[in-house]
Amino acid sequence: MTAYFEKVNAWNKDLWKGLSLPLASLDLELTERCNNNCVHCYINLPPGDVDAQKRELSTSELKDILNEAASLGCLRVRFTGGEPLLREDFEELYVFARKLGLKVVIFTNATCITRALAELFFKIPPLELIEVTMFGARKNSYERITRSPGSFEAARRGMNLLLEKGVPFIIKGVLLKDNMTDAEELTSWTSTIPWMDGPPVFSRASYLRCRRDSKVKNDLIKRKRLSPAETVASLMSAQNGYENALREFCTKFMGPQGEKLFSCGAGIGGGCVDAYGNFQLCMMLRHPETVYDLRAGSLKEALEVFFPKIRETKASNPGYLKRCARCFLMGMCEQCPARSWIEYGTLDSPVEYLCEIAHAQARHLGLLEEGELGWEVKDWEQRLESLSGTAPGGEQTRTGQGTCALA
Amino acid sequence: MDKEVRLDCVYVPSRDIVARDIEGELIIVPLVSGIGDLEDELFTLNETGRAIWDRLDGKKKLSEIVSELCEEFEGDEKEIESDVLGLTNELLKRKIVVKTSTE
Repeated sequence: MTAYFEKVNAWNKDLWKGLSLPLASLDLELTERCNNNCVHCYINLPPGDVDAQKRELSTSELKDILNEAASLGCLRVRFTGGEPLLREDFEELYVFARKLGLKVVIFTNATCITRALAELFFKIPPLELIEVTMFGARKNSYERITRSPGSFEAARRGMNLLLEKGVPFIIKGVLLKDNMTDAEELTSWTSTIPWMDGPPVFSRASYLRCRRDSKVKNDLIKRKRLSPAETVASLMSAQNGYENALREFCTKFMGPQGEKLFSCGAGIGGGCVDAYGNFQLCMMLRHPETVYDLRAGSLKEALEVFFPKIRETKASNPGYLKRCARCFLMGMCEQCPARSWIEYGTLDSPVEYLCEIAHAQARHLGLLEEGELGWEVKDWEQRLESLSGTAPGGEQTRTGQGTCALA
Repeated sequence: MDKEVRLDCVYVPSRDIVARDIEGELIIVPLVSGIGDLEDELFTLNETGRAIWDRLDGKKKLSEIVSELCEEFEGDEKEIESDVLGLTNELLKRKIVVKTSTE
């Protein structure tokens, strides 16, 4: 008797061999509103922001987008925000998506998880791990970041409800000056969560406000985010084999990328729909000329016509052409059109903060001497070659898939 | 509950799963807990499985499905019967199909 029946992982490449899925996964920002007020947040608006709420996609518009996503072969959607659970129609949208045969990633602070919601996730499982943000293992360190009294207890209560029902979730964190010293304790606490297969993934290079909407908030983020030296020290001391993975990554993917701005996979087989129906190549890129209005079009058209055109964009900024276009640290550096837009309002400005981090990492790995600049090095290929095989023994990591913090 | 698959019974995809046709590939996505062994897994069928699945419409008995397949593929009846019973049994075990009636 033959085996007619096969259990498959949705991301198994063989499954899609020969198929050309226009859309594999889709991020949906259900709202930009959030009940926390995190110091580092790139997007949050107050929970009661009526204007924002009025502009948000309606339930029916979101269902139309989910329907089209499913018709394009999409297997996974991510409900994110803001805090997606603030939407009154969250349950309706969740069940709707699951009934379309979509797996759902929920990115939440867990403070709004009720017994009823945990029960729903148990009965109709998301089929993906719920991703919970945590900033500290203690009330004071956590709420120093969230600036929302009672949020620590609420988050723990939400996670306990998930634990009670056996609903799988993992922790994601952010390291800032305010909670840097708590990372070890948080890591230790997360090891008690049955679905964590290692230390939590910490984002370090905090984004400025992605809508460029507040100088005051940007100044605060700049003060709170780790310095390049702190970022590198923290990355290299992480107990998840980051350094080995970085060495391996460098030998495979680093090198000057010329004037072409998009070297990542943004807008290929996926993208992010913001709370108001703008389809973006990735979660961060909100430059008005790079977003597609779904209220006047379709996911299909954006993926087949609009995004490929945007991806052809070339740099014209002399600073970028002189530095980034010729820099062999590209790949390791998080410089990208989205970060450039967020920091400077253009797609092709070298982001000094990221440049410093990349150079500090390169010095740490022995790729650069003190004072050397990545775009001036002529023998970069030999340097990268010498890097292979120099990695100290150690475990492989799951962070080696690229340097984009949102990968 | 009768768990034995029978040729004189009619089976239909359960409402607890979502069957999706993605570019010609059938993907079975669990909707509720308790489908299959692991909840983060999806299921797919091979060509033979797909030919059987497409006929599990809640109207045809398995014996009728066997006859249809014999006619269409001109295969050995015993072999096809064994395939139909085998697959339906696996699907039933995983609660992907349910029995609708018994003669």
